[in-house]
Amino acid sequence: MSAPAMASAPERLGSVSTDSALELRGVTKLFGALAAISDVTMTVRSGERRAVLGSNGAGKTTLFNCVTGDFLPTSGTIRLFGEDVTRFPAYERVRRGLRRTYQISLLFGGLTVADNVYLACRGVSRGRYSMLRPRRGDALVQRAKELIAAVNLTEVTTTPVSELSYGQQRQLEIALALAGAPRLILFDEPAAGLSPTERVELIRILTDMPGHIGYIIIEHDMDVALRVAESVTMMHNGRVFKEGTPEEIENDPEVQALYLGGGDE
Amino acid sequence: MAVFDTTEPQTAGAGADRAWWERIPAAWWALLALLVVLPAFANDFVLFQVMGWTFILGMIALSLMFLAGYGGMVSLIQMSVAALAGYMVAIFGTSGMAELSMGLPWWVYIPVAIVIAAIFGTIVGALAVRTEGIYTIMITLAIASAFFYFTRQNYAIFNGYSGFNLVVPPQLFGVDWRQPVPFYYLTGAMALVCYLAVIYVSRAPFGLVLQGIRDNPRRMAALGYNVTAHRIAAYTFASVIAALGGILLVWQNAQIAPGTAGIPAVIDILVIAVIGGIGRPIGPFIGALIYVLLRTFSPDVLTAIGFEGERFKLLVGLGFLALVFWSPDGVLGMWDRWRAGRARAGDPLTGKGGQ
Repeated sequence: MSAPAMASAPERLGSVSTDSALELRGVTKLFGALAAISDVTMTVRSGERRAVLGSNGAGKTTLFNCVTGDFLPTSGTIRLFGEDVTRFPAYERVRRGLRRTYQISLLFGGLTVADNVYLACRGVSRGRYSMLRPRRGDALVQRAKELIAAVNLTEVTTTPVSELSYGQQRQLEIALALAGAPRLILFDEPAAGLSPTERVELIRILTDMPGHIGYIIIEHDMDVALRVAESVTMMHNGRVFKEGTPEEIENDPEVQALYLGGGDE
Repeated sequence: MAVFDTTEPQTAGAGADRAWWERIPAAWWALLALLVVLPAFANDFVLFQVMGWTFILGMIALSLMFLAGYGGMVSLIQMSVAALAGYMVAIFGTSGMAELSMGLPWWVYIPVAIVIAAIFGTIVGALAVRTEGIYTIMITLAIASAFFYFTRQNYAIFNGYSGFNLVVPPQLFGVDWRQPVPFYYLTGAMALVCYLAVIYVSRAPFGLVLQGIRDNPRRMAALGYNVTAHRIAAYTFASVIAALGGILLVWQNAQIAPGTAGIPAVIDILVIAVIGGIGRPIGPFIGALIYVLLRTFSPDVLTAIGFEGERFKLLVGLGFLALVFWSPDGVLGMWDRWRAGRARAGDPLTGKGGQ
């Protein structure tokens, strides 16, 4: 990841200096009578790289959706960089330095790669309603170019996104997440459906990210997850089941029983 | 064309580095030249009734194209916004209803009409943007019909059923702008300005964000955009275009009445936009020309073959039906497919060559 791509910090609202990037206290999300996640409490330090593991239906993506504001939690509080954002809309959280990628690519199919990344850069800067076209050499256009280069998409800059390969779309997802000086990124299964070579490239992008950017990664591929994370949270049936370092989790008999013995699946 | 056109910005040469007039295809210059010299050989009826009306309806449909094509919001309120601007011109300016019109000068009533129409369009937008698809259509249609009945029953402001007559453009620079040739150039110039504004804004951050919201609103929120506020702002922009069309419309008819924004007129704007194609800003003008030609000449054709002249709506309806059946993206879509077909005519294996 090239450093200048995230060097200049755009407008960031209400930043409160703190050591914890994300703090969840008793977060519960009910869908009718079903608790997708219940009483989740966890803290992620600034710059920390955390993996969230668990079988299908463990509540990992719901957890992400509560953090990003796609869903409001039924109860509990969410603090982002020290600020209570539990009731904030998604765009307010994003402007505070939170980004996410999606399990299924959610891109703008009718727009080009360049426009996609440009929009991601523009979203956290001023001039979102500007009626004036960017000038040649516009700072955000330059930043978008650097990000496109960082994820190896330079040769498809002007291609509509709907014409990209699956692997390229996943790379573009990451470029969008890196746009506009993020401080905490949520990666939702970034390795899903990638070829072995593309996985190696993904691990390179993740480990090369500047140290001040923390992330939480949901990943089924244990190889990827345990190589890019410093700490691991295991979830099971919507609850936090275990926390620890990758080694502790890997060697934990209960985790092995759940994952290798099949658990409840 | 994109925010940035080339992959290698340092290389001077093709594409983005050409001056803007070189990037416009010759066919567009030819069309523009034809429109400029048209008064030399077209009669007054063609200039005033056919072309003037085409430009006006095209502008109102263009405001719908902006919302539907770039924003994914099918709004049926555009004709009501236009009619409200027309009413405001009659009320703040001069009309045959001297006791209701205030008789203010043009440089007051034109901006006031645009601002009031834009506020109205923005409020409707604020109500409509929280809904999607068919519900947006229903909400805007409901407000449009409420506007129609309100103007018909309100005599204190809108003069009810009869509306306002003798609403004419100001005699600026000693020109009677309601004469066919000046009116043709006035409407043509306004249509061109609105058309270029839409093209320009579609590639500015505002328009790009709108297209992002059309493709994926949830993702736009996840990039830091306030989707609701942006959609409402799009209604404001579209309302200004519709208001300009509405002002020209009241000048062309020299009168305005509730029927101007009746349900048939509201639907006609949708039909025009769909016939032309909502993919690009030129579509509404193509649709408006087809609509105006059908509307103007089909009574004669029908009478000639022994039908009643009033049955022209049947022709419009059948044409619309045929079009949405064979080309749901309008005349523009047909044109694009024809060009793609010609381009493919080269090498049958690679699809290269040909055109």
